[in-house]
Amino acid sequence: MQQDALILELQNGNERAFERIYHLYSESTYGIIYSIIRDEKIAEEVLQDVFLKIWDKAPSYNSDKGRFFTWILNIARNASIDKIRSKSFKNDQQNLKTDNFVDILEAKTNFSEAVDSIGLKKYIEALKPVCKTLIDYLFFKGYTQKETSEELDMPLGTVKTRNRICIDKLRAMVIK
Amino acid sequence: MDIQKYISSGILELYVYGALSEKESHEVSRVLKKYPEIKTEVEEIEKSLLTLSAAAAPNNAEHLIASIKNKLTNSTSTTKAPSVTPVRSINWITYSGWAASLLLLVGLFIFFNRTNELREDLQAANARNVQMEEQIANARENAENAEELLAVIRDRNVKRIPLQGQQVAPEAFASVYWNTQENTAYIDAKDLPEPPRGKVYQVWSLTMQPLTPTSIGLLADFETDDNKVFSLENQNQSEAFGITLEPEGGSETPTMEQLYVLGTVAAP
Repeated sequence: MQQDALILELQNGNERAFERIYHLYSESTYGIIYSIIRDEKIAEEVLQDVFLKIWDKAPSYNSDKGRFFTWILNIARNASIDKIRSKSFKNDQQNLKTDNFVDILEAKTNFSEAVDSIGLKKYIEALKPVCKTLIDYLFFKGYTQKETSEELDMPLGTVKTRNRICIDKLRAMVIK
Repeated sequence: MDIQKYISSGILELYVYGALSEKESHEVSRVLKKYPEIKTEVEEIEKSLLTLSAAAAPNNAEHLIASIKNKLTNSTSTTKAPSVTPVRSINWITYSGWAASLLLLVGLFIFFNRTNELREDLQAANARNVQMEEQIANARENAENAEELLAVIRDRNVKRIPLQGQQVAPEAFASVYWNTQENTAYIDAKDLPEPPRGKVYQVWSLTMQPLTPTSIGLLADFETDDNKVFSLENQNQSEAFGITLEPEGGSETPTMEQLYVLGTVAAP
């Protein structure tokens, strides 16, 4: 309920609500953007644009269509993909990296206090390759279920059930 | 409705990702409002994903809030209506003078803008050219590589030995093109899975009775090799070839439990 009220306030143009929303979602949004863009400075720029869009477009969000987090995810992925397709970006980044969130997490050392970094690293370590790909495609890159199924040559239903298994351990770790 | 079954189908995870079609999402949103259990489930999934993606951020980004807030277009600010002043007598000469200079200014501005646009177009076209040139160079290089490979396969001294997947990787497959004249073996490893980190494929030449494996080399830089064709020197009187997965740097003797593919050379 609280969450719904906060979103409503945001839609009414309340700056305090915007700050709260920023606090709740900015780090995750930054993670998504960074996993696509792989450049800290550019990712920061995109993050700012994304939150300006969230402010401007908030009135168009409708909970019938999906979660508020999902709505933000879509804005963030689209903005990031637009960025890496832009001319200026392509010219700067000739050798685009092909690795995914797993590599970022494996290389990272400075986790914020809220994150159980040891648990997370263990989770990543034990994650099956197919899980890494599924989470990368579906969550970080925003592929649809259908696109993922075609890309991996995996039946639609299997994408759904496999992915749930992949996420289960993450949940066990986060929600104790 | 069987709530447990609905939850365990995995549809809620896809819902939070945004991976469902618009229609499916609508349906889930509807179910969500009806069953509190499902809502809790969705909130937990969301929380896990928030944590996972937050962990991928280089830092917590809190410091950006001030600069973002400065750029917010304030929807609540009101614009004052301009006050209307009564029209008095008009000095036409002054006015036409002002109008003329205004026109000139507008003209200059348009001209300036146009020049800028053209300059930008030109820069964009140049950038495109550079990209095209690179693409052409890449294509040419690919064609040369392909020609070289064709020449290898067509050589009359080449034997092709198919290597079939073994127990650890039944779906794996590779071919050896062995030029017995030049003592070179080309390994086509396109259908081998990517080796796990810290491991490398090692190719062995085998002679039977007694079974003697001799290493002929590693498939180095497997992940980054585009065509996955590797050329190795082979001076042996090989009767079979096998590929095993070994720790980085390779091994003295093959780890037989990690034998990926194997195939015998057909008798001449």
